[in-house]
Amino acid sequence: MKTVIVVGNGMVGYKFCEKFVAKVDQGSFKLIVFGEEPRVAYDRVHLSEYFENGDAERLSMAPREWYRENNIELYTNERVTDIHRNSKTITTLSEKTYNYDYLVLATGSSPFVPQINGVDKEGVFVYRTIEDLEDTLAYADKIKKTVQKPKAAILGGGLLGLEAAKAVMDMGMEPHVVEFAPKLMPRQLDTRSSKVLQVKLESMGINIHLSKATNQILGNGHVIGMEFGEDDVLNVDMLVISAGIRPRDELGKSCGLKMGTRGGIVVDNTMRTSDQSIFAIGEIALYNQMIYGLVAPGYEMAGVAVDQILGIEETVMAAEIDMSTKLKLIGVDVASFGTPFMPAEKGHSIIFENKTESLYKRINVSHDGKRLLGGILVGDAKDYNMLLQMYLNEMPLPKNPENLILGSRGGEDVSFGSAMDLPDTAVVCSCEAVTKGQICCSVKDDGNDSVKAISKATKATTGCGGCKPMVEDLVKETLKSLGKVVKESICEHFEYSRQELYDIVKLRKIEDYDSLLDEVGKGHGCEVCKPAVASIFASIYNETANRQATIQDTNDRYLANIQRNGTYSVVPRVAAGEITPKQLLAIGRIAQKYDLYTKITGGQRIDMFGAQLHELPLIWEELIAEGFETGQAYGKSLRTVKSCVGSTWCRYGMDESVTFAIDIENRYKGIRSPHKIKGGVSGCIRECAEARNKDFGFIAVEGGWNVYICGNGGANPQHAQLLAEKVDKITATKYVDRFLMYYIQTAPPLTRTAAWLDKLEGGIDYVKDVVINDCLGIAEQLDSEMQYLVDTYKCEWKEAVENPEIRSRYTHFVNAEETDDNIEFVSLREQKMPKAWV
Amino acid sequence: MISILNTYEAVEPEKVSLWFKAAPVEKFPKNGGACVKYKGMQIAVFNFTREGTWYACQNLCPHKMEMVLSRGMIGEDQGEPKVACPLHKNSFSLKTGKHLNGDLSSIATYPVKIEDDFVYIGFSE
Repeated sequence: MKTVIVVGNGMVGYKFCEKFVAKVDQGSFKLIVFGEEPRVAYDRVHLSEYFENGDAERLSMAPREWYRENNIELYTNERVTDIHRNSKTITTLSEKTYNYDYLVLATGSSPFVPQINGVDKEGVFVYRTIEDLEDTLAYADKIKKTVQKPKAAILGGGLLGLEAAKAVMDMGMEPHVVEFAPKLMPRQLDTRSSKVLQVKLESMGINIHLSKATNQILGNGHVIGMEFGEDDVLNVDMLVISAGIRPRDELGKSCGLKMGTRGGIVVDNTMRTSDQSIFAIGEIALYNQMIYGLVAPGYEMAGVAVDQILGIEETVMAAEIDMSTKLKLIGVDVASFGTPFMPAEKGHSIIFENKTESLYKRINVSHDGKRLLGGILVGDAKDYNMLLQMYLNEMPLPKNPENLILGSRGGEDVSFGSAMDLPDTAVVCSCEAVTKGQICCSVKDDGNDSVKAISKATKATTGCGGCKPMVEDLVKETLKSLGKVVKESICEHFEYSRQELYDIVKLRKIEDYDSLLDEVGKGHGCEVCKPAVASIFASIYNETANRQATIQDTNDRYLANIQRNGTYSVVPRVAAGEITPKQLLAIGRIAQKYDLYTKITGGQRIDMFGAQLHELPLIWEELIAEGFETGQAYGKSLRTVKSCVGSTWCRYGMDESVTFAIDIENRYKGIRSPHKIKGGVSGCIRECAEARNKDFGFIAVEGGWNVYICGNGGANPQHAQLLAEKVDKITATKYVDRFLMYYIQTAPPLTRTAAWLDKLEGGIDYVKDVVINDCLGIAEQLDSEMQYLVDTYKCEWKEAVENPEIRSRYTHFVNAEETDDNIEFVSLREQKMPKAWV
Repeated sequence: MISILNTYEAVEPEKVSLWFKAAPVEKFPKNGGACVKYKGMQIAVFNFTREGTWYACQNLCPHKMEMVLSRGMIGEDQGEPKVACPLHKNSFSLKTGKHLNGDLSSIATYPVKIEDDFVYIGFSE
């Protein structure tokens, strides 16, 4: 059995192990790993996240058990001190000796500390390891006790320096970035994009000082400032140095491997050093006279070394390494690819800049306008993947290349071709290196006709998931090219879309789930189709969730929101957030009686948590007696209509937003829909009710109400779009009636209005056509269907507490009076919370 | 926490040594479940009316160790009867207890019989 020793347990050293164990049969090689740090390999790229959660474990590439499970001998806190090439052994700091057949050096780099007078002063730190961060943090805490508004400087305005600035800001210090060059991120950005980034960062409270050469660091014992020139001094209480990296190549030097003149261990395209048994990967490897300080080339090097050791000789490093990067820097997208800066003789650039929105987009195009050579994106990098593919695959540019960064402005010209235009060799999923060709073949030849099936077969989308939209398109388009109709059936039990089922239920007047399954479905149903069909019944017949309880999602079945420990929360309706002191007292009394945790929700009402199943009818009986009704917080239905205080109190108010919001909330209460719906009403354009991030919103303006639809917060925030301007309340309500009814009838299950609009052919203009111009001739029908729902509303909790059969469902056991003894609460700020999950 | 999980062990029909008389049939909703207490244990019992069969399994979801499975929705995946946990939609086979959409440990299943409109759950002890 041969032995492979890996020196260094950083990101690249870990990736070597991961790729190695994936390819090697257990027992054929012995793998030993040495790491100098006390921890197992962690994600250094996201080091600043350590401040947000303080959880070092979360940064780990893999837990310690992973190494054990894969039979990797891991020694952390153990530095390798010598390599003896003749005997093929290494020795460690604790003077142990190990034999190797292959040695892989992945010792990475250390921060470069420039020779400035005073760098040895107390309060000067580097930014590289979790330990560095902890030391910095401890010093910051000390400083904060004695200095008000302490300042910290970061020497270096590159990628890492800006990350460090964010870390320092999170520590509660005022950050000052000091850069020698006249721009930020000099290696990735041109002057203008750097300026855009600078303005954005400054608006976030990060001070930037460019073109500053530091003469000395001031202070008696500990740092108090930096001196750039005579009379040019920056007073700071702490300094973090992030001025680049130096390869940790001392092991290679001492054992006589061939070195670069400015450091780094020389490797060939097989990642071998001048000694055939020794490999070097990551930031110590000098390949093409370059050190690559990015993760992606490091990972590729790890893969090459693995294959070479296993005798797969054709795997070699590419001659040219793509240095394209995309990252989110302090919440700002920054990306550069190909040749980001380009001299004019090679081609021309198309540049879009908007400083007020912090946007900068530049693409470099060949003189003949046919090829994309590179580019820079700041502020919005959503087009990065497609641009990178165009560059890497030398795809022909569209006639108007400016559309690539500006989008199509009017007309039918779509800025990007479809994903199908990519060559088969284009790597679509870079995490798992899956090409477009592999995905399309998997659809064509192996019959994998969904993203789910593709990801199972090829592993595409299983890494970061960023390629999912592209894979979706590829699957859809390939199926289309095969002449297959892409059927949007809701699950294996119904070969129909939700819209088709809606029509079937309505036309055939089917009233229960079993009949529908018997008539047009197959099998016995599942947790996808049952609630979808329940929602259809509710929308057509306005039946409450009580009648067919077992086809409802759990929250609807028990008319409450299930929480962490299987208890429920209770939310009475407080239309538009208007509540009387008497009602507040009643809620307080009831919450206290049942020992419930109370919290104000984002929808301007009160949530009471921690009710056990058997307590729900008791609580509701009391709430109903106080005049409350259900708030449907548990349903895919109207939640709340949020309001600002409006012209009754507010000195800016243009109209009475509260009254309108109450009327609207009461109009739509209880209406079930494909997903939850939220509304908002603002009394003026200051928009305090945030109506534009709701499914429907009204904003009072001079001369009437503006109506917005299809906005949402959540995972993919989207602003609502204007449906109608300056209309009166009655018209505004009528439009929203029709829009909601149309959405309810046509949306797929669990699709919010914003996602529905995104997929709707014709978009907002089409909705206007349907709702305002009645292009389908269904407006009258939509009106009467909505009116039916409004007229037949009843409080389903009232129904539940008054009906002994429904009420009897609220017991934990069917054969005992006891309650669930598995539920445990702990105290939290004078209230309670569920005992945390282990 | 793990110790709770260990109190539930699947019982094969031929190993049943005790039939526990749980509750009358009408206490269990059609095509739905309810929870039965037996000694210190919580057993979820499902009345799969569409199939005309009954199933029983531990009420404890092995994902986050909450007693909730009896409140889950039942259904079928390619013919395999299953229950979906109401908390995170983890689905388990009602026949074998196997986790169908992931790698959680299997849940314990128990035989059920109906006699004189009463539901009995089989244990071996």
